[in-house]
Amino acid sequence: MEILVCVRRVPDTSENEIALNAAGNDIERDDLVYSINEWDNYAVEEALQIAARVGGSVTVVTVGGEDDEEILRREMAMGATHGVLISDGAFAGSDARGIATILRAFVQKGKYDLILTGVQAEDGGALVGGMLAAMLDYPFASLVNSIEVLDGKTLKISREIAGGNKEVNQIDLPCVLSIQTGINEPRYVGMRGIRQVASIPIPTLGVSELNLDPQLVGLAAAKVQRVDYFTPALGKGAEMLQGSREEIVDKLFELVAAKGGLK
Amino acid sequence: MVEGIRSPAESTYWLIQGRMLFLSIHLLGLAGFSYIVAKRLRPLLRGQADVRFDRPVQRLGKVFQFWLGQWRHPRYPGAGILHILVFAGFLLLATRAFSLILGFSDNFFGATLVGHIYEMVREYATTIVFACMVVLAVRRLAFKPERYAVPAKYGKGHTADAVFLLALIAILMLADSVFEASKGAAQAQLGHPAEFLAFLSLPQILENLLAAVPLAGLQRLYLGSYLVHDLTFFFLLCYRPFGIQFHVETSLFSIFFAKLDRGTLKPVRWQVSDQQLDQVKSFGVKTFDDFTWKHMLDFYSCADCGRCSDNCPANAVGRPLSPRFLTIKARDYCFEHYPVLGKASNGVALVGSIYSEDEIWSCTTCGACEQECPLLIEYIDKIVDLRRGLVDECNVPQSLQKPLKALESRGNPYGKMEKKKADWTKSKEFQPDCRVKILDGSSPADTLYFVDSVTSYDDRMQAIAQATAKILDRLGVNFGILGAAEKDSGHEVRRFGEETLFMALRDHNVEAIKASGVQHIVTADPHAYNALKHDYKDVPPVEHISQVIAREVKAGNVTFQRADENKVYTYHDPCYLGRHNDVYDDPRDVLDAIPGMNRVEMARSRDRSFCCGGGGLMLFYEPKEEERIGVKRVQMAVEAGANVIVTACPFCMVNVEDAIKVAGLEGKMTAIDLTELVEKQMVCPRKSEVAVQGG
Repeated sequence: MEILVCVRRVPDTSENEIALNAAGNDIERDDLVYSINEWDNYAVEEALQIAARVGGSVTVVTVGGEDDEEILRREMAMGATHGVLISDGAFAGSDARGIATILRAFVQKGKYDLILTGVQAEDGGALVGGMLAAMLDYPFASLVNSIEVLDGKTLKISREIAGGNKEVNQIDLPCVLSIQTGINEPRYVGMRGIRQVASIPIPTLGVSELNLDPQLVGLAAAKVQRVDYFTPALGKGAEMLQGSREEIVDKLFELVAAKGGLK
Repeated sequence: MVEGIRSPAESTYWLIQGRMLFLSIHLLGLAGFSYIVAKRLRPLLRGQADVRFDRPVQRLGKVFQFWLGQWRHPRYPGAGILHILVFAGFLLLATRAFSLILGFSDNFFGATLVGHIYEMVREYATTIVFACMVVLAVRRLAFKPERYAVPAKYGKGHTADAVFLLALIAILMLADSVFEASKGAAQAQLGHPAEFLAFLSLPQILENLLAAVPLAGLQRLYLGSYLVHDLTFFFLLCYRPFGIQFHVETSLFSIFFAKLDRGTLKPVRWQVSDQQLDQVKSFGVKTFDDFTWKHMLDFYSCADCGRCSDNCPANAVGRPLSPRFLTIKARDYCFEHYPVLGKASNGVALVGSIYSEDEIWSCTTCGACEQECPLLIEYIDKIVDLRRGLVDECNVPQSLQKPLKALESRGNPYGKMEKKKADWTKSKEFQPDCRVKILDGSSPADTLYFVDSVTSYDDRMQAIAQATAKILDRLGVNFGILGAAEKDSGHEVRRFGEETLFMALRDHNVEAIKASGVQHIVTADPHAYNALKHDYKDVPPVEHISQVIAREVKAGNVTFQRADENKVYTYHDPCYLGRHNDVYDDPRDVLDAIPGMNRVEMARSRDRSFCCGGGGLMLFYEPKEEERIGVKRVQMAVEAGANVIVTACPFCMVNVEDAIKVAGLEGKMTAIDLTELVEKQMVCPRKSEVAVQGG
């Protein structure tokens, strides 16, 4: 099975202190460290496990710049067969629809049975997967937390439903699935693994290679534009507990007990 | 030759001439033994390289101390003394065995004075070894020491095999004695001058018992016992390589080739430089052949005495790790896949077949097992090699992946910003009292205080950093820190098998240390201390803060105010300060220099100290265990009658403070770092004040 996983590089929320920039339209990006979007990492692991079970190859693709090659290498160190960087000045400022348009062009150049994305990106809005499926006219399922290959044409998948329930579906290939965290336990990638794939070439594709109409992508085509970015002021519902760690824990205990949370 | 009684060589056994029969037994026995040993050497020849032929004088010293001197045996007095007796007996009887093999049927030394003395010594040795076998068998069968028990998950018990081997040795001793006794009794009956048999030795007792047996019966006993002795001897020789008694042959080599440098780790591959490592296809131990030949030899040498697991903190709290079975399982694997008869069939991944992942990640690398093993068997290097193998297969527990990733991108396991590394120097209470230089080239210093991650970033442990800085300041040391340029020492990164990441951290730190131009390094973290001392190359000499304080105390440069009379202190030895680096006395000397200090020792202290639960990445790992290691340790402090545990390691502090809470001992037990206590008790003026007063 030929599997494509769309991945994205994001600032790592566990290793950064996110602060707004002076202009107030974005976060302060100096001194940030980046990693692969967590959901995408689960998607790659799932793709690798499927390929190991039924055969086939795994390609990882990202739309971005030179710096994003780093996460492609990381996923190739995990075992992805190919990495592709889609990069062009014309793509700057694309909205989710623009990204989906670019990815559609890439998918149509190849032949993929299964396309995986993460459910959402840490700095995104869970948009691209569904849009890509619609543009390709492929079936789509979101929040997928298990995949079983039934035959060459169908998958049995389960989806996470609010309240902790699960829904099981059959879905025809080719299809697009957005993968939920917890579907598997992603393998570890160390520096040595990354070094071992350092010399494998990663092709960079742009507007011309993808036969894309530049009018459909980039800032000019974007119909959604970010106009503001801020940390909401604390509302009345939130109470910040003050004091030492022990005091905070004690107060929290009291509060939870008072609301009947501890018996 | 004794008149009137035929020697075995001159007799016929079932129509076969004795000389021919025994020559055949000897040749067959030796051929069998040689063949089996050759087969046992086969995996060693396929194992990885290991550098063990260097420093022969030091190695011989080890042989004298630990093999001939049986140095570690008395640590378990009962079993230890019995072993020393049996070992000494075997050494004395070995000359007899050699004379047997070489074809002499009697005394190696002949009828000289030396010969007579040797005879007497030998008769006593036989008696003592025989008595020991009886005691050991009774011990095994009736008293059943707990450490010999085999938990169900590790298979059947080993008692039957142990008793069988004891019985074989007992038969050997008995046959030898009957041989001597029947000869002596026959001589007496024939009126020859009776050969002197050592008083109250087994041969002498038997001789008295046999006095009334007719001469023909004595002749049969004489010949029969020789045959039994001979057959048992060669059976035992060929049987030993199949079980725990192989250590009789291999222990000498295991000890000669033992690891000489404590605190160090074996390289990924011996004789492969860091630069060449990228060309190494596979890291660590994945299949049996990935072990070094010395580590395979260790598997053969293990005597199944259980002392390692008896001291292992992971084993004590029910983690799925027992060093004893780490070895036993590898030996069983080796015997099965490198059989004496049949083809070798190696290639199975060890983790997933004989070992579980949890087993390999459960070790705290505290070194208690290695400290105890009478045969100097190594465990930490094997565990780390197995972890290297897992890391190389991308197989790392989820709980460790985030901290490892953060170490890669931020240089610390918490993912904190580099620029906040020196924030502990800027607190309102601390900064006016003690200014800490950042060694970024603006102002030089003689000494670097290497803080390391936990002490820099953890709210609680920052107090240790501040106490350490104040002590250095009060002692007039011109010191500074690297601040944002300091990355994690990588000590646990390396011990968790992530060699490549460790090398990156190390190289970064070595550069930063060199650029700082310091001549000395001080740290309050024993893990950083061990890394800088053993894992790093070409950095200035490093000391633990307790060594610095002890030196100043000795020189009379420190005065302390009286200790709180209501407190009973006990010192907990951090593994990487004590066991791995032999720093036991300095922290104790410092404590004892405080007037009014009421200090007690825990039952397990110094080189038998019980790990707190492990530092570095072990804080992130979620082991399967019945109880926390730290809780056990805190209870030991209670048993010692202490109400303050003094540690000298930030990780010990994390674990001990947590354990105090888990054990419900809050208010009854507290923990304090040596630096915190010293800083609190110290009354010497600040050097800057001295300068002002002097000027």
